[in-house]
Amino acid sequence: MTGIIRPSAGFTRRTLLATGAAALAMPMLGRRANAAATELTMLAWYGHAEPDMVAEFEAENNVKFVPKYYTGGDNMLGLISQSPPGTYDVILSDAEYVQALNAAGYVEELDPNDYALADYFPEFQNFPGNWADGKLFSMVTRFGFLGVAYNTDALTEAEAANYNVFWDPKLTGKVGHFDWHLPNLGQISLLNGNANPYDIDEAAWTALKEKTMSLRPQIGGFFDYGGTFSSLNDGQMLAFCGIGDWITGVLEKSGAKVKSVIPEQGGLQWSECFSIGKGSAKADLAKKWIQYITSAKGQAKSAQMAAYPALIPNQKGWEVLQAENPDEAKRQGMTKDAGNAIDMIRAGRIKYRQWPVQQGLEDWNDFWSEYKGA
Amino acid sequence: MRRSISLYGLTFSLPMLIWQLVFFVAPLVFLIALSFWTVKNFKMEPDFDTVNWVTMYGRSVFWQSYGLTLALATAAAVITSILAFPCSFAIAFKLSPKYRQWAIFLMVIPFFTSYLVRVYSWQIFLSDNGIINGLFAQVGMGPFPLLNTVFATMIGYLTLTFPLVVLLQLFSLIFIDRTLIEAAHNLRCGRIRTVFAVVIPSARVGLVIAALFCFILSFGDFVSPVYLGGGDPTTLSILITDTTKSGQQWPRAAVIALTMIATLLAVAFAAVGFAYKGRTK
Repeated sequence: MTGIIRPSAGFTRRTLLATGAAALAMPMLGRRANAAATELTMLAWYGHAEPDMVAEFEAENNVKFVPKYYTGGDNMLGLISQSPPGTYDVILSDAEYVQALNAAGYVEELDPNDYALADYFPEFQNFPGNWADGKLFSMVTRFGFLGVAYNTDALTEAEAANYNVFWDPKLTGKVGHFDWHLPNLGQISLLNGNANPYDIDEAAWTALKEKTMSLRPQIGGFFDYGGTFSSLNDGQMLAFCGIGDWITGVLEKSGAKVKSVIPEQGGLQWSECFSIGKGSAKADLAKKWIQYITSAKGQAKSAQMAAYPALIPNQKGWEVLQAENPDEAKRQGMTKDAGNAIDMIRAGRIKYRQWPVQQGLEDWNDFWSEYKGA
Repeated sequence: MRRSISLYGLTFSLPMLIWQLVFFVAPLVFLIALSFWTVKNFKMEPDFDTVNWVTMYGRSVFWQSYGLTLALATAAAVITSILAFPCSFAIAFKLSPKYRQWAIFLMVIPFFTSYLVRVYSWQIFLSDNGIINGLFAQVGMGPFPLLNTVFATMIGYLTLTFPLVVLLQLFSLIFIDRTLIEAAHNLRCGRIRTVFAVVIPSARVGLVIAALFCFILSFGDFVSPVYLGGGDPTTLSILITDTTKSGQQWPRAAVIALTMIATLLAVAFAAVGFAYKGRTK
C-alpha cells in the first residue's frame, strides 16, 4: 500500500486554493479590522476609560479609547495647557475647573439639543459651570457628596453625623485628611455655620482658619488617593475629613467596615463634567461618547463605575439602575424613597464644592500648607 | 605643566560629558529659568520675576519644612551609618571570602524589588492591626502607634539606604591594610580601640561617602514621608507636590527644588572635603 493521502470527497483543487487564500488572508483582515478602530483620546480621572465603562461603546463604534489619567484639576489644566490643541478629544473635568477650561478656550461649544438634558433632574439642566453666556460647554455626568467617612466599628452613624466628631478625644491621632484644601476647608466652613462655605468674608475666613488649626492635634495623617484607601481599610484612620462615598463605597463593596454620612451641618457636592477638547479632529465621535455616557444606559453604568461609584443626574438613569442593580441604587440613595440624593439637594443640605470666592485659591492653599506644617 | 587633552582621552570622556550636559546641566538651567516664570490662570508664562523666590523664602512653612527635612536626613545618615557599621565590619573581617560574596549578594537583592512596594509592605507590619502590634498583643501590650510617625519614616529611609550604606562601607573596609590592624594588636591595642583608632580612620573616605549617599537619598525622598509618615510633618518633597497641586505653581516648586539642590551640593562638598582632609597623594 502506498502512502498517498487523497483529499476527501468534494475537496477539489479549487476549494483548496480558495481555503488556502482565505487562511492566508485572515491575519491581514484581522489587522485591517484592528487598524480601522478609531482612537479617541480621553483626559480623565482614573477609571473613566477602563473596560467596565467603555467596552460596550468601543465595540459598538469600533473605537479604542486612549486615556490619559490625571490626579487633580490642576494637574489636568497643566496637561492641557502644555499640549497642542486637539490632543484630547474628550475631557472630564471637576465642575469647579470647567469655568477655567472655558475661559482658556480649551473646550468646544456643545449643542444642547444633542443631549438628553430633558431627562436630567431640573437641578442639573442648567448646571453652574456647564453654561456660559447661554452657551453649553460641558455636560455634568456624575456627582457625589462629601461628608464624614468613618469606621463603623469605632463610631455609630449618629456620632459621625456631626463634623464635631473629628474633635472627639477618642479619635486623637485617628482622623485623616484627604490631602486637598478645598473639601476639607469647605467642610469646616460648613461646621462654622457659613451658608455658602466658599463665599466667606475675612472675619469668617479668620474664624475658619482658627477652627481648622484647633483640629490639628487630632490628625493622624494627610493622605493621597491610595493612602486614603489603605488607611481606612486597615483601620489606621477611624474618621476621615474631605471624602465621601466615592472612597468608602469602593471599600464597602470589598467588605471594609467603613461608611460615609452627610452630617447635620450639611455636605459638599463634587461633580464631574464631560467636554469636547478644542480642535479635536474626532469631535463627532467625542459627541457620540458624551451622548452615550449621559444617556440612561450610560448613566447607570457610570453610577456603578468600578474605580469609584457616583450619583447620576439623569432621572431615567436612576430607573435603569433601580432595575439593573437595586441594591446599589438603594445604597447610594438613588431610589424613589423620601430622603434620596435629590431630596437632600432640594432640602438645601448640600453645597457645591467650588473655588473660594472672596479669597484667592492661593490663600487657601498657603493656609493648608501652614496647617500641615503646624 | 598643564597636560594637553589627547583625542584618545577626549573620546572616552565624551559620553560622560554629554550625559552630564543633557541630563544635569540643561535641566538645571531650565529649573533656574523656571523659578523666575510667573503663573497666570493656571498657565506658566516665561518671565523674569523674583516673586517666587520672595514668596517661598518669606513663608515660615518653607523654613520649617527645610529644617525638618535637614534634621530627618541627618538623623537617617547617622542612624543608618551606626547600624550598618557592625554589619559591614563583620562581613569584611569575620567572614570567609566565599561567605563574604554571599553577604554582598544578599545586600544587592533588595534592589531587585521596587522601593515603593517595600515601603507599602512595611504598612502591614507597622499598622495598629499589623504584625508588630499583633506580636505585642500576644504579651498583653500595645497597640503602639508605629505607622504615620517619624519612626515609620525613619524605617522607610533605612529600607531605602541601609543596603547601599553597608555595601559602600564594606568596600572601604575590605581594602584596609591588614598589617595596620596587626600592628595595633602587637602594640597591645584592644579590639574596640583598634576599631576606633585604626579601622574607622583608615576607612574614613568610604564611611563618609556612605553617610553622604544616605543623606542625599533621604533628603529628597517622597515615598517614606508620605506612605509611612502619613505626610505629617511636611518635608520639602511633600511641599513641592503641595505647591504644584494648587494653582499650577511649578515656578515656586522650582525654588524649593533649587534650594534642595544647593543644600545637597553644599553638604556633598563639605562631606568630601572632610573625607579627604589631611590626605596626601
